[in-house]
This record gives sequence, structure tokens and C-alpha cells, in this order.
Amino acid sequence: MASSFTRLISKRNTAVLLAGLGAGTAGFLLSENSSLAAEAKKKLYPPSSDYPDLRKHNNCMASALTPAIYAKLRDKVTPNNWTLDQCIQTGVDNPGHPFIKTVGCVAGDEESYEVFAELFDLIIKDRHNGYDPRVMKHPTDLDASKITHGMFDENYVLSSRVRTGRSIRGLSLPPACSRAERREVERVVVTALAGLKGDLAGHYYSLGDMTEKEQQQLIDDHFLFDKPVSPLLTCAFMARDWPDARGIWHNNDKTFLIWVNEEDHTRVISMEKGGNMKRVFERFCNGLKQVEHLIQERGWEFMWNERLGYVLTCPSNLGTGLRAGVHVRLPKLSKDPRFSKILDNLRLQKRGTGGVDTAATGDTFDISNLDRLGKSEVELVQLLVDGVNYLIECEKRLEKGQEIKIPSPIVQFRK
Amino acid sequence: MPFGNTHNKLKLKYTAEQEYPDLSQHNNHMAKVLTSEMYANLRDKETSSGFTLDDVIQTGVDNPGHPFIMTVGCVAGDEETYEVFKDLLDPVIEDRHGGYKPTDKHKTDLNPDNLQGGDDLDPNYVLSSRVRTGRSIRGFCLPPHCSRGERRTIENLSIETLASLEGDLKGKYYALKNMTEEEQQQLIDDHFLFDKPVSPLLLASGMARDWPDGRGIWHNDNKTFLVWVNEEDHLRVISMQKGGNMREVFTRFCTGLTKIEELFKERGHEFMWNEHLGYILTCPSNLGTGLRAGVHVKLPNVSKHEKFGEILKRLRLQKRGTGGVDTAAVGGVFDISNADRLGFSEVELVQMVVDGVNLLVEMEKRLEAGESIDDMMPEQK
Repeated sequence: MASSFTRLISKRNTAVLLAGLGAGTAGFLLSENSSLAAEAKKKLYPPSSDYPDLRKHNNCMASALTPAIYAKLRDKVTPNNWTLDQCIQTGVDNPGHPFIKTVGCVAGDEESYEVFAELFDLIIKDRHNGYDPRVMKHPTDLDASKITHGMFDENYVLSSRVRTGRSIRGLSLPPACSRAERREVERVVVTALAGLKGDLAGHYYSLGDMTEKEQQQLIDDHFLFDKPVSPLLTCAFMARDWPDARGIWHNNDKTFLIWVNEEDHTRVISMEKGGNMKRVFERFCNGLKQVEHLIQERGWEFMWNERLGYVLTCPSNLGTGLRAGVHVRLPKLSKDPRFSKILDNLRLQKRGTGGVDTAATGDTFDISNLDRLGKSEVELVQLLVDGVNYLIECEKRLEKGQEIKIPSPIVQFRK
Repeated sequence: MPFGNTHNKLKLKYTAEQEYPDLSQHNNHMAKVLTSEMYANLRDKETSSGFTLDDVIQTGVDNPGHPFIMTVGCVAGDEETYEVFKDLLDPVIEDRHGGYKPTDKHKTDLNPDNLQGGDDLDPNYVLSSRVRTGRSIRGFCLPPHCSRGERRTIENLSIETLASLEGDLKGKYYALKNMTEEEQQQLIDDHFLFDKPVSPLLLASGMARDWPDGRGIWHNDNKTFLVWVNEEDHLRVISMQKGGNMREVFTRFCTGLTKIEELFKERGHEFMWNEHLGYILTCPSNLGTGLRAGVHVKLPNVSKHEKFGEILKRLRLQKRGTGGVDTAAVGGVFDISNADRLGFSEVELVQMVVDGVNLLVEMEKRLEAGESIDDMMPEQK
């Protein structure tokens, strides 16, 4: 379209173009922007004096960040002036999580993944089963028609859900964004969502402006998100200025939901009661494509490149950023000692029904895909579908007193 | 944030109005003062270490109000902050410190001989006496902004300096990250241990970064003189003991501080101080003397008197629970301390506490005896 072409040649979008090519934007050295005093201080404090004490730490950043890498990257900045220290602050402040090996590092902008590639690439490899961003490509596939056997037995599966995130290219990410940038993200997204029609037509609720009644309704629907309390997030500066420019959009049917400016620019969620994962994923893909189209009409796009797929704040969400999951009752299987191994081999993860840091209550589990990067959306959802069907099979067999088998592990990348 | 202006120049491509924080729900000193015009005028400024207006105010934006007290809502990242952002901080200081003007001069007096009395607060009522202040080492960034390298240098300097103290001030340093379980338990039992801040007021300003790196506690062998390193300020200096001999506590406080200052000077460092603001600390509420002199005192009767609040106000005193700043009193025992920090000298403030507590204890005795205290109401100091 002529209008988007003229926009493409505007100055603002040059950076957007560069970033879109996945080109390594050179990290500007601090000296280009800082005053004399900051320069002098840099010499007074060599990188070794600033290197964090990571001896008690157990996260991906701590495993990867050697003094040599720190020394090389400490004085670099992204074009938005974001530094290595800011990327790693959350990992320095949070030595370890009781249940999971956390990432310990966030991006402040799309260029963080380039400028600090020496660190991020190692973290990505560690977190994503050996995926090497220097040589591998990430496949994107949002064609939901390819999913087979995506209707679960509703005697076992209580609800189905798919979530991902999307970032608006050209605007800093939640750890780094200024208030104006965050408000711009909100404006761009909310304007686009207002263009959705049919079963996707909906309404935006700004966190700061919602009425008591609206708030209660969102709580009852399990839609409301609140100011992060996890130190993993607060130490990464994501909760600044709360609740300014944060909000929740959902369609009238309450099956498609978008969080604005929580841990990412947007978190996109498709969900339903029951076991129709295929339909949930269809709505997910359809909704995402429509939103993308609507922002493109106004000259914006999502952060994406061939190496990393969709770019999000936390390296753990790169690629698809996709977590497809179900709440499923598995009273017998969950007590079987082989349960964990079965999940492992199926590349699935269990959580409590309260979400990431909760334990399961009773026999109902949140089962979802473990992987995010290196496999497409369709592949991951199919893995989840096949996996959950397998778990239900096992449950049924155990009910009848029959034998179950641990499945062979699903193939990963070469390490 | 350390090293650089963190995004500040890029924010300038947005208008001031687009960046101006939403303070409509806020009730703190910063929010009262920071108009959109002021924000527009100050937002392109930064100190030479790169501390910006948004850095100053972040804690006040993130924390709209405190249930018990009117919070300050801004912090300094270095000594220069108070200069570069004086348009914001001067009115905040004036509001917080009882009308203290930008042209006023602050008197420093750490001569304990100038204190009258104070050695005999009634120990039947006064359980313990304590004086605290803070000190910042000139040339270094303050806790919201310092890098790990700076913080460690401050720690090393402090360890070296404190190691030279002698006599009844001789003591030992316990680094937070190295202490043994036993040492930790002892420090807890002595009520000396400080932990990672949990208050969002402190967390939002960046003071808890890299915890516990570079943090520690020093105390003398007698456990009456204590220094916190790199908590909310570079140094927090505390003199305390059981009982009511505030004079002795204050004398040790002054002697210790003066000695520490001397030892720092021998190593080529001085404390941040100027004629107008006195001792420079992270929070504008602690400027001047940074001094809080207080007692834990039993006032079950006076505290229930309808004029208790008024009495305290006139005496320029403040009550807290015995757990510290955000706690309520338990069992009629209150933490009573000076309300002021700036515009009065150290001696003057401790004198107010001594005189005020003596009066409160007298009132308590009267009320115990079933008598009235109406004739004892103090004048506004």
C-alpha cells in the first residue's frame, strides 16, 4: 500500500527495517553518549571490579557469564542505551528458584539479543535444548488446519488454552521502556484490537481506569492480572509506573484475551472450557493474524527474525513464545512413579492449576509443552495434543488395571 | 542505574506530556511538587554520573502513598542530585523539613558537652536509648545508583577504616554474604542484623540491587556502637544501650563519628556535607543531621490520653512501634524520637528528646497516680 511504503522510508522505520533483517546492529560504545565523568569512572572501575558474585547462583545467566564475556560486553550499549548490567540485574538479584532453573536475564529491546549475543546465545542454547542461534533457523507456522486429533476426551480434560506474546518493533521492552513508550504500545495495540470483528469483537479495560464492578468481573473470569510480585520480574524493572498503560482486552465471548504491558508488550491467550484444543488453536492463529494485519495497516510490525522467531522480553519465550496446555484430571497416572519420566519423554511439563509457581491440588494438573524455540507453533501444539492423548490413554489403561509404557523420548536438537 | 544516562536522551523524542507520570492517585512529597511544567524543565538534565529526573522520582511514581506517613517519593543518586534537581528537591525539602528555605544554613554540632542532662532518664520507664545517623562518602554514587564496583570500594574503605578503631570502639566486620549461621543468629539475637529491604519504597529506587554484595555490619566488642554498610545509605551509624543514659549513648555516638571521619580523611576521603543541607544522604528526609535519637519507653497511660498526639507534636517528637518505622506499638511501649532532621543541630535534637521524654515520663507517673496532666502541657517548640 502506498501509505505504508512512504512510512517505510521515514527515519523512524529505518531502524525497524534493519532490525527486521535480523542484521546485527552494532553496539555503540558507551563513550559516544556519556560525559567525561562517566568516562573517567569507567577507567577507574575496570570490568573485573564490577563483575557480579555468582558463586551461589544457579540460573542460565550465571552459568554463561564468564568474567571475560562480562569484560567484553560491559561497556556496550544498544541503540536505546540499554546495558549488560541492566539485562542481568534480575539474575544477579535472584540466585535461584526452588523449582526451576530460571533464565536470569532479560532483553531491554530487540537489539539486546544482537549487541549482547555472546551472552544471550549461550543462554538460549542452555535453555532451548542446544538451539544455536548462530547457525539454526526457527520455523514459524500458524496454520491451525494442520492439527490432527485435537479434540480431547472431556471426561479428563477440563479446559484448553494457548498463549504467546508479541512485541511491537521499534519500541523498548517492559524492562527498559519509558512511560511514553509504554503508552505508545498501549495505543498501538488497543487501536488495532478495536478493529477486530465477529467472534473476536471485544473491549479494552485499562488497569488504572477500570471500575470496581469491571475489576470483580475480570477476577471472576480469571482474566485479571495484577502488579507482579515475583522478584524475578520486579528486579527486571518491569513493574515500574504500575498501573500506567497496563490493561486487559478480551472478546465478548471471553475466549480470546490480550494482556497489555505486563511482562511483554502483549500476551495473547486463547482459551475455552473443555477439550477442543483444535478450535482454541484456530482462534489463536486467526486472532494473531488479524491483529498483525491491523497493526501493519498503521505502519507497525511485530519483532521477529529468522534466528530467534518472535522476540520477547525473556529469552525463555523466544521462537514461538507458545505455551499450549490443558487442565486435565489424571488421578491414577499422577500417582504412578513413571509419571515424570513419561512427561519428560513427551516434552511436556506439569504445573499446578494456579500457574507457573504453584503445585497441583487434587488430581488436576496443568500440562503444557516444554519447548518454545526451534519447533513451529503447529509442531508444538501437535506435540501437546499427542502427548495429552497419550496421558489420557495411560489413565484409562490404569483404570482398567492394564499396563502402560513409557514412550520413547521425542527427538531434540544435536547438543 | 550505573554508567550512563539510561535511555534519557531517547525519551526526549517524546513530548514532556507523553512522559509525565500519572500522579492523580498519589500522595507523597514528590507528587505534590512535580507539576508537568517542572517535569518538562528538568527532564533533559542529568548529573555527571548519569542520574536523571526519572531516576529521582521512580520510587514516588511506583508508590502512591503510605498508610501511616507522608513519604518523600524521591531519592538522590549522588551528591550532585541535590544541585541539578534543586527545582524539585528544594520545595520537597521545604515541605518535609518544616519550611526550611533554599537559603537557610544548617548547623552541625557534634559536641556532646553541649548537651544538658540526659544521663538519668528513668530506667523504670525508659528501656533503651539509641541514636542513629547516616554518612555518605564523597565522590561515590549513592545506593540507588552505584555500580557493584563502587559499592565494593565503599565496603572496603569502610572495613579498613573501622578496623582502626580502638579502645571501647574496637570491633569486627561481618559481611552479609560471608557470615556463618552462628554469626547470623548472634546478630539477630542482638537485634543488629539488617536484611534485604522488602519495603517497596526502597526496592523501587534500586537500592536492593546485587544483594547482599558489598553489604555488612560492623559492631564494637561491647555491642554499643554499630555501623551498617551499604544498606539505605553508604553508612548508617548507631549508638545504643539498654536503659536511660542517653547522654552516654550520644557521647559515644559523637566520639565514634568524629573518629571515623578523621580516619576516612587520613585515607583521602571525606563525608558529603555542605552548609545548606548538612550531611547528604540518599533520602531527602535524612538531610541535615540524618539524626534520629530515640528511646523505647513505657507510656501505657499517656499514650491513651486524648492529647497524646498534640503533646508529641509540640515537643517535636514522633512515635513508632518498637519494631521500627512501619510498626505499631505493642504493650504500651513506644519508640519516641525526634521528628526533625534538618535545621536543628545534633545537640539540639537530642536535647529535645531528652527534655521531651523526661516530661512524658513525668506525665505517665501523674496519670498512674490518677492525677491530671492538664497543667503540664508543653509549649510548641
